[in-house]
Amino acid sequence: MITASPLGRRTLLAGAAAAPTLMTLAEARAQGVQPRRGGVLNTIITPEPPLLVLGVNNQGPTLIVASKIYQGLLSVTPKLEPTPVLAKSWTRSEDGLTYTFALEQGVKWHDGRDFTAEDVVFSIMKFHMEVNPRARAILQRIDRAEAPDAHTVRFTLKAPFEPFLLIFDVTGCAIVPKHVYDGTDFRNNPANATPIGTGPFRFAEWQRGNFIRLVRNDSYWKPGQPYLDGITWRIVPDSQSRALALQTGQVQMTTSNDIEPFDVPRFQQQQNLEVRQDGWELFAPLSWIEINNRLDNLKDARFRRAMAHAVDRSFIAQRLWFGVGKPATSPIASATRFHDPSVQMPAFNPREAMALLDGMGLRPNAQGIRASFKMMQLPYGEVWNRLSEYLRQAMRQVGLEVTLESTDVAGWVRRLANWEYETTINFVYQWGDPTLGVERTYVTSNIQKVAFTNTAGYSNPEVDRLFEAARNAAAAEERRRLFSEVQKKLVEDIPLVWLMELSFPTIHDRRLRNVITTGTGVHKSFDDVFLAA
Amino acid sequence: MGAAKLLRFLAGRSVKAVIVVLAIIVFQFVLIRLAPGDPASVIAGQSGAADPLFMQQLRAQFGLDRPLHEQLLIYLRDMLSLDLGFSHRQQQPVVRLIAERLPATLLLTGTAFLFAVSGGVALGVMAARRVGRAADSAITVLALTFYATPIFWVGLLLVLVFSVWLEWLPSFGMHTVGAELGGLAYALDVARHLILPALTLGLFFLAIYARLARASMLEVADQDFVRTARAKGVPEGRIVRAHVLRNALLPVITFAGIQAGQLVGGSILVETVFAWPGIGRLAFDALLARDYATLLGVFFCTAVMVVVFNLVTDLLYAVVDPRVEVA
Repeated sequence: MITASPLGRRTLLAGAAAAPTLMTLAEARAQGVQPRRGGVLNTIITPEPPLLVLGVNNQGPTLIVASKIYQGLLSVTPKLEPTPVLAKSWTRSEDGLTYTFALEQGVKWHDGRDFTAEDVVFSIMKFHMEVNPRARAILQRIDRAEAPDAHTVRFTLKAPFEPFLLIFDVTGCAIVPKHVYDGTDFRNNPANATPIGTGPFRFAEWQRGNFIRLVRNDSYWKPGQPYLDGITWRIVPDSQSRALALQTGQVQMTTSNDIEPFDVPRFQQQQNLEVRQDGWELFAPLSWIEINNRLDNLKDARFRRAMAHAVDRSFIAQRLWFGVGKPATSPIASATRFHDPSVQMPAFNPREAMALLDGMGLRPNAQGIRASFKMMQLPYGEVWNRLSEYLRQAMRQVGLEVTLESTDVAGWVRRLANWEYETTINFVYQWGDPTLGVERTYVTSNIQKVAFTNTAGYSNPEVDRLFEAARNAAAAEERRRLFSEVQKKLVEDIPLVWLMELSFPTIHDRRLRNVITTGTGVHKSFDDVFLAA
Repeated sequence: MGAAKLLRFLAGRSVKAVIVVLAIIVFQFVLIRLAPGDPASVIAGQSGAADPLFMQQLRAQFGLDRPLHEQLLIYLRDMLSLDLGFSHRQQQPVVRLIAERLPATLLLTGTAFLFAVSGGVALGVMAARRVGRAADSAITVLALTFYATPIFWVGLLLVLVFSVWLEWLPSFGMHTVGAELGGLAYALDVARHLILPALTLGLFFLAIYARLARASMLEVADQDFVRTARAKGVPEGRIVRAHVLRNALLPVITFAGIQAGQLVGGSILVETVFAWPGIGRLAFDALLARDYATLLGVFFCTAVMVVVFNLVTDLLYAVVDPRVEVA
């Protein structure tokens, strides 16, 4: 039923989903192993999440743990096609305005109450609309939300919005129980300490600074699932201690930032472990040198182009990230919809960089320095320090002197948000579609004193126009054309120097099966994950 | 020492202590606000998405939209009723957060402290009695080695040997999660987890106590009253115990008093390397997250303990050395 353009103009997007249990079994058989009941998965989470209620908190670690407790209406494949979760099927009207979801029946909350369409309408229209800034931007396009019966939900949009379905993954809009939250202060609800969802694992115990323990939900709505008896996340703050825990088998899986990229090669050598770097397609984090486009030199496209020519992105991918992730080619990552592979950002070419700087009249002085600027380091771990040190050397090769500034997360965000920087490193999630995760970095209307907006201050009316047209276009083909054009424009202006399409290694014991099967990797519910004997 | 005198001493010191602790709180309240960024920026940074409404909601929720002096007054008022505040980030009362972590920290630092003091003094005495001989040199070199080696390196080395090569001991954590152990089995499990971090933390201080005890013993051993005792024919063992050691203990007690006050603060380094769920890490994470209430709560506890242990140390002097009087 699903075509190459998953969100294309079809009335019926997905028919009755094949029974998920059978799909999982089929996948398992493909690997030659029957799913086995039993066993507890010991893994790691870094840093410790502050609380586990999705929407109220949307930090990376929270998403990984809470996605086992809560569920969304849909999820996505690695190619970003929607797949059923709490919604077993859905339709879109011809005019692209009305979406109707048929919900799974017999689903229960962890406290035993029935899950109904009312919970969905409440979660979308009240809960996430109030607490979740990313979802709010999309949900505001909904004109009307109705529950015609207990197992049907209908949303009517104010105008067609082609990427609408991408927000319904658990990482975007987790469905929360109306009977717990309605009429309360969502952020300070005492029930936040004991999250209640529909997912395959129930919250059991959380000793702060020590571990979070979830146990099997015995009344889960998919018969016979989940296979694991529970999942325990240990909180291990030191990266070398985490590597040791994995090496010695004290944990069977690490995800995300747990293992530093430079430790990955040795785990690739370890026979009992599998290293995967897929499962980040929905997020498609893209890293770049963020450049304050308001400042002298830095506001000149020739200068920024010279910076781009000075950087060897293959070196960064191979020698700093050890092959985890790949060099960026365009502002839209290749896993994100509408990436245009024909667009290529300036290649590594120091000669060309120096020619451009010569053209600007920036000649080297006696020390060989043409210009200098500061770079605020990204305080997210050792590999980011190594990156800025490499960049300092690379820039020095073409006569640009870089002074590194160090800070911590709070200080970094504050300075980025207040535009108090010259250059820095940054990366953001693209959320599957340029309208959802790329536009915000480049359009004039989003130049704000808030982090992860257009803090660079880049402004080009043509780019604004293209992003807006693509946002409002109802047809995928039309959007593809517009986004191709915007990619060309951005590569020409080069407001930022894109570095890497990041990926994060998931390293797990080979006996642990079905770990990465979707476009959200370790953020899926794990109801089909099992420990083979 | 009369009871009245002691009471007067205690009352005077308590008044001073309250003033000191209050001053520390105000100072630290202002100091941590000087660090750039606030909890809302950290949450925005870690979520990778924000809008102005979101930031404003967070700041209002955390009470950061009020003027600083008003926040300070509110904090002091709560403090006087022994309410350490609420961590909005973790959605828990600070008292509960600290109470959850304090036992783990006390177990770790207490074990390391006892190990360091008893082991250190024993080694120091042994070295002093065999001064200039092989045993003395061995102890001195060993103490110097542990004193000079960075603590995290010792930790990693111990993990490498005992967890990775020999596979005797777990490399992190405080107990086996989900094992549902009870009673003695649980205590043994915790003890197994405790050995490496306590050893790592203890070895450094053991070195200090050994050097301190040795130097102090040697100094006292040369004094006239020791010579007199020896001339009187007092047995050597008794001279060491009753005459030399007792007098040599004063500097050791001074240092132990200082260290005891810091026990509550935990050790960020060791707690981090061994993923020990103690209060040092709570404070460190709170600092990075700009979780002001939690951080101030930890500061408060530490300050109180330092003041209390200073008092205890002063009282102990008088017990060990009757010439010293409380005043």
